[in-house]
Amino acid sequence: MATVATTVKKSTTQKYKLVKGIVPSARWYEPVGFLSLAYLAILLVILLPILFSFMLSVYDVRNSNIRMILNRIGINIFALPFAFPDLFKGLDNYLKLIQDKDFIGTFIRSIIWTGVNVFFHVSIGIWLATLLNRKLLGKSIFYVLLILPWAIPQYIAATTWKGMFNAQFGIVPAIFEAIGVHDTLRFAFGLQDISCIANPYLNFAACILVNIWLGFPFMMMIALGGLQTISSDYYEAAEIDGASGWQKFNYITLPLLMPIMVPAIILGTVWTFNMVNIIYIFADAGRVSEEAHILVTKMYVDGLQYFRYSYASAIGVFIFIILTLFAVLYMKATVKED
Amino acid sequence: MATAKGKKEKKLIDRSFFFDRKDSTATLIYVYISLIIMSIISAYPIYYIFLSSITPGDKIMPDPFSLWPENATIQNYIEAFRTKPILLWMFNSLIVSLISTLVAVICALLAGYGLSRYRFPMRWPLMILLLVTQMFPAPMILLPLYILMGKLGLMNHLMALTVPYVATSIPFTTWLVKGFFDTIPRSLEESAYIDGAGVLTTFFRVVMPLVQPAIAVSAIFTFLGFWSEYIVARVVIMSEKFYTLPLGLMLFRGEHNTKWGQYSAVALVTTIPVLIIFTMLSKQIVGNLTLGSLKD
Repeated sequence: MATVATTVKKSTTQKYKLVKGIVPSARWYEPVGFLSLAYLAILLVILLPILFSFMLSVYDVRNSNIRMILNRIGINIFALPFAFPDLFKGLDNYLKLIQDKDFIGTFIRSIIWTGVNVFFHVSIGIWLATLLNRKLLGKSIFYVLLILPWAIPQYIAATTWKGMFNAQFGIVPAIFEAIGVHDTLRFAFGLQDISCIANPYLNFAACILVNIWLGFPFMMMIALGGLQTISSDYYEAAEIDGASGWQKFNYITLPLLMPIMVPAIILGTVWTFNMVNIIYIFADAGRVSEEAHILVTKMYVDGLQYFRYSYASAIGVFIFIILTLFAVLYMKATVKED
Repeated sequence: MATAKGKKEKKLIDRSFFFDRKDSTATLIYVYISLIIMSIISAYPIYYIFLSSITPGDKIMPDPFSLWPENATIQNYIEAFRTKPILLWMFNSLIVSLISTLVAVICALLAGYGLSRYRFPMRWPLMILLLVTQMFPAPMILLPLYILMGKLGLMNHLMALTVPYVATSIPFTTWLVKGFFDTIPRSLEESAYIDGAGVLTTFFRVVMPLVQPAIAVSAIFTFLGFWSEYIVARVVIMSEKFYTLPLGLMLFRGEHNTKWGQYSAVALVTTIPVLIIFTMLSKQIVGNLTLGSLKD
């Protein structure tokens, strides 16, 4: 409100001065010029497609009728409501999505996928950052080694890990065998051998492990940057009062680190929720079994492999709603604490 | 007694050359053991790729516990480059990534500067918009583009890839670049204006040289993202001659006959440069990521 009041005031005194640059003589067309290219691109290749996705989700467009539709309306895709009013299906696609027998499972898996991944990303990241945030011989070597999972292209990571999970030659079953849980796992899942491909639950668990491996360096680096901003005075004061290491972490490090972590956690959650790569590549070239899908992989496969355009768009809108709700609630919760 | 004490003091001084004085030996052992275990977990898969690539034979995976395979060979490298047009795929990837990066970074630079240096109505909504676009799953943008590209006959064209690439990277790159501009003091631009320079002159002659390193960092970062992009390329490109490197690499990984050795050889060749560049740049990127998100 205050900003609005000042702008109004200024505009009356200074003759319509809405735009402020570095010099007082900045004209309105300067920021417009700077911004137009990027925002034109955003409008054309992000916002309009998204708008069209929203539209698709309340129509019935699929592989069988897409050609006919495009022949009639050309590339003016927004003519769809006028050319084919009878294809309007309202919320049918959403109902179909919710009534799908796999929907609850997929939804819960998405939540588990995101929750478990982000939890471990953040906690492993902060843990490693606290370990690294000291004078240490060979620190930069550890640093480079720990950053590798983030640097490696994701598709290569997924494929390589899949090889490492291979029942006959992979290192992961071999380690299970060595520590003696191999037979327990085999028995629990009723399998001949621990193959991540054979059982969708193990497959999903393996994907989570791989994604945890991929994601912790990012959080580690953010946390490391945050730790360096915390003044050592706090710790010295705490030491004089006889605080233990855990107390110092719990009452100084965490509260001061969290404000820096919040944007990264939100971004990380959104990215993880929307992560197609790992699950998709882990299942052989897209043959993801129903018990391993999360929402976004389901959307990708439904939309771009089975060409159920409307159905996939409904999933997309659903994902967007979930993520926006999450971001707003999370922001509110963290702001309230302060 | 005296000598023992002297010895101890000397030792302490030596130690503090490498470590924090307040860290006890027990703490240091714990720190080292944790870091060594985590480093092995982090780095092992890359070593495993290397191991597979020098293990002879196509379908045999290396013994996971051996550090060096018996009769190591570079046959896989030769075979992979001989049988598949890997250099062509590399070239395809390079072209697409370069063009996409160029467009994305130019757009992001201009917009980032505008958002950082001007105050105008709708500035906040426009900035929030950049973040909101991150909330949409990429397939949601891809789906309409896919339909449109099919209609326009752009399917299976290398250059068609640049559209979704640029689209998905502009918001984040703009956000990143705005963070860079925010860290630069305005006084230089002010004095340039006083000397009579125009807006564009100032932007190109004064600001650009200052942010050059930062631009390079975000450009390379964006480039690496395109370089290893698989999901979009998979649905747009069909014929092998237009394959980008990730698509080509996945060819080695057939369902029943994974050419494990050759796959690993190519994977290693494509990964090593990425690893080197990435580790060198990572620190600067993250510094600006946190800055960009915290500052107004």
